Amino acid sequence: MTINYQLKRADFIFKNENDWEKVLSKSLTHTPQELINELISSELKGRGGAGFPTGLKWKITAEVNDATKYVICNADEGEPGTFKDREILSMVPYKVLTGMAVCGYVIGAKEGYIYLRGEYFFLLPELNKAIREFEYYCKEIKFDFTIRIFMGSGAYICGEETALFESMEGKRGEPRNKPPFPSNYGYMGKPTVINNVETLAHTFTIFKYGAKRFYDLGVQYSRGSKLFSVSGDTPKPGIYELELGMSLADFVEEFGDGDTKAVQVGGASGFLVPRKRFSETAIGFQGKLVGISLPTGGSMMLFNSSRSMFNVLDNYLEFFPRGILRTMHPMPRRLSAIVTGNQSRQARRKKCKVPG
Amino acid sequence: MNPISELVKNLADQHGRERHSLLPILQGVVEQEKYLSEYSMIEIARELDLPASEVFGTATFYSFLDYKKMGKYIIRICKTITCSMKGKNQVLLAIEDMLKIEVGETTPDGTFSLLQTNCLGFCHKAPAMLINNEVFTELTPEKVREILSVYLNKKKEGVSYDN
Repeated sequence: MTINYQLKRADFIFKNENDWEKVLSKSLTHTPQELINELISSELKGRGGAGFPTGLKWKITAEVNDATKYVICNADEGEPGTFKDREILSMVPYKVLTGMAVCGYVIGAKEGYIYLRGEYFFLLPELNKAIREFEYYCKEIKFDFTIRIFMGSGAYICGEETALFESMEGKRGEPRNKPPFPSNYGYMGKPTVINNVETLAHTFTIFKYGAKRFYDLGVQYSRGSKLFSVSGDTPKPGIYELELGMSLADFVEEFGDGDTKAVQVGGASGFLVPRKRFSETAIGFQGKLVGISLPTGGSMMLFNSSRSMFNVLDNYLEFFPRGILRTMHPMPRRLSAIVTGNQSRQARRKKCKVPG
Repeated sequence: MNPISELVKNLADQHGRERHSLLPILQGVVEQEKYLSEYSMIEIARELDLPASEVFGTATFYSFLDYKKMGKYIIRICKTITCSMKGKNQVLLAIEDMLKIEVGETTPDGTFSLLQTNCLGFCHKAPAMLINNEVFTELTPEKVREILSVYLNKKKEGVSYDN
């Protein structure tokens, strides 16, 4: 099955807009229910990679009856090949802050946190400045909401939402069992909305232009645009905002170097797509009618035919043992055989062979 | 009062003495001392009224909270796939050659420590490294030698170069 969607550029996230005060005060004149309906009809899904409907997440948390709730912005961007969140936080932080504040209003939270990965320590001065400015305005319009930054300390797994709560509570960043889900039992055991940086920036677009503008982009089940972090063997690495639903073949046509043999979609824990599957693979959330579609947090790494996939896998395995394999129960048997070296080099090579 | 207990006490005054203040306090100590000694972890445990084993268990989970003595400048070079593809190994060799240390070691004068780290989020400008909190991207062996000699000269002239 071949999918024919052209690669469509979009420009919402990084568009410089100086009217966040207006967007915030306008949003606050609506009822929480209206805002939730707007989000639900936009069909925005979480941009961290998992793709949970954002409107639904806010709705469930809003319905829980508790005096203390939290809004958390997940800026622990650690998946190899992802670097969009840093760019959002340094270029348009007020969009993220506005998204957090509106979320606070909708669910009834007074406190917001940004969990910033330790590697991005250098963002702190600018980000703190933006937060001070933002809080000053909130005070001016008598809206009670504070935002604080919590610094991570170099742990990949803390990007997982429940591990992130554990880390914020001063513990080892080990994931909790689910359920209970964060909407009932999140940070400090309180109902919590946790959204990716990019998701919050998209809510700004939706509250400013309306759900329809966002919904009109993309394809069924995968609405809107998304930032892609493009790296590897490409003549133009960088961050690009594209409509969801494009086929990988079109993507490679645009960003490949003419000799692309595989694309790693969604970072080291994502999917590796070999050349012969490019045309049948789409980028977006799983739907019934669009063939194979891969959800992603936006990491797109291209490999050309000069790369040995064995070395690529070797690098991933070096990345994971400290971060994940130890906390993964049970460890997949085949993978563990490779990790512990219980297999011949030849067998390993065979397994990593990429056709095409 | 010795300097470490005083530092821990100040940090606890600033961040609070709850369990959820533990990470900011650990980070504060590392920022000052460059690492967490056993003594400082015990001091933190005493100040927050936690078992010392809990403090140790939490601290050792995080790769930026070193519990070995580290140099004044900690070089963390990204070891993830894109940086490897774009010539991280040559850069690493240049650093090792210049400082005469290997990954995981500290120079005898305590100026530099060399470590590898997970994706720094600069894959589009690979290879990348951190020196303390400052980022350097699109490295080449020549460029990294220049960067390190700037740090070495600062040290020679006795100028403090804290960021």
